[in-house]
Amino acid sequence: MVSIVYAAPTSIQDAVELLADNAMPANVLAGGTDLLIQTRAQAGSAESRLFVDVKKIKGMSSANMTPQGLELGPSISCAEFTARDDIRALYPGLVEAAGLIGSTQIQGRASLGGNLCNSSPAADTIPALIVNSAQCVIVGTQGERRVTVEDFVTGVGSNCMHQGELLKLIFVPTPVARTSDAYLRFIPRSEMDIAVVGAGVSVTLDASGSCQAARVSIGAVAPRALLVPEAAAALIGTSLDAAALTAAASAASAAAKPISDKRGTAEYRQHVVGVLVKRATLIAADRVKP
Amino acid sequence: MSAKSMSTESMSAKGSSSVTVNLKVNNKAVTETCAANTTLDELLREQLGLSGTHIGCDTSQCGSCTVHFDGRAVKACTLLVAQCEGAEITTIEGLGTADNLHPMQAAFRECHGLQCGFCTPGMIMAAVDLVHQEETLDEQKIRKGLEGNICRCTGYHNIVRAVATAAKKMRN
Repeated sequence: MVSIVYAAPTSIQDAVELLADNAMPANVLAGGTDLLIQTRAQAGSAESRLFVDVKKIKGMSSANMTPQGLELGPSISCAEFTARDDIRALYPGLVEAAGLIGSTQIQGRASLGGNLCNSSPAADTIPALIVNSAQCVIVGTQGERRVTVEDFVTGVGSNCMHQGELLKLIFVPTPVARTSDAYLRFIPRSEMDIAVVGAGVSVTLDASGSCQAARVSIGAVAPRALLVPEAAAALIGTSLDAAALTAAASAASAAAKPISDKRGTAEYRQHVVGVLVKRATLIAADRVKP
Repeated sequence: MSAKSMSTESMSAKGSSSVTVNLKVNNKAVTETCAANTTLDELLREQLGLSGTHIGCDTSQCGSCTVHFDGRAVKACTLLVAQCEGAEITTIEGLGTADNLHPMQAAFRECHGLQCGFCTPGMIMAAVDLVHQEETLDEQKIRKGLEGNICRCTGYHNIVRAVATAAKKMRN
């Protein structure tokens, strides 16, 4: 592994100052389950890297439910997150996405913020965060800014954060009444794999079961997870009947811009993403409390 | 790498290429200084001589390096020693002794839950955490719970039997 300079600041301000210092390339370290593997792969590099461990900063690893929404410390582990019944009650799809990452041992360390900042096209939590209208609170030496999750990731492994910036909080607004979500992914193995296709859906239904609002996001079928308003539009105003689901699936397939690789061909992914959008819509609708 | 030691406080504030970490390993207080890029499995095996924690894939897929970090199973190959300040680590050596095996160790022997044995310490550590976390266990839950541990010999059947057997004993 390359040489590491390790720092464990106890305040956001100290962390930002360390990250802003140009002395050497710097990484934020939370659970480290992606970062350490990536760093080890650079074994030949002579350059040292600064690891800023943010887990010693108060609030970075906690999750608070407020009337406005969930304030999520980005370093919270998937295990702590998925164990929270209050979070599962409001965002079951987001919890199921977090529960799919790696194995039990990985979940004890891997964080939601890490999954987001690693910015893989196949990250499971990103479509689930997008359908829940989650926002990133980013802090830097110039102050704070807010970015929606759909705008946070900019490409394969890249995001909108500049050097010296830190993801301080993920804010997930409280869903309006009669709303629920679901996330599905397709993998050829039963466990421990990376999504070939992922799909998150959130729907709001009225008392008669008619869809009042929807958000659809697809993963692993483009350089970054996409919000697909056309798929949502196909669901809104319908009773989520077969025709509406088929229209939403077609919209998702049309929005997908997948590549062919060892995990699946572009054509296959384009088809499967529509199927998953249909299924996730039905699961989310089924979860809406009367 | 320079192992020039700094005080823990200045190290944490500014960053250092060498870290001094206080942790508990198998209930024993340990203070170790190592390069900041040292992973927990390296510390256990090379500095503390606890070679029961095995390194298989070294990319956190196979699970043979599984240990307990504050009671929960983690993969020691993907954890920096620096991240373990104040942690309580339990390895296979801390679970039982040759004369007094932990019920999970005994069940692996009894059920023939191993062949070459390389994955076994990680399997046992993961399985003990699984029994602690789940109130009830069936075959499906055991197989899901061990998703992060790979065995290339047994075909898993006897491992699943061993975990089910141990779970009963551990709950009695």
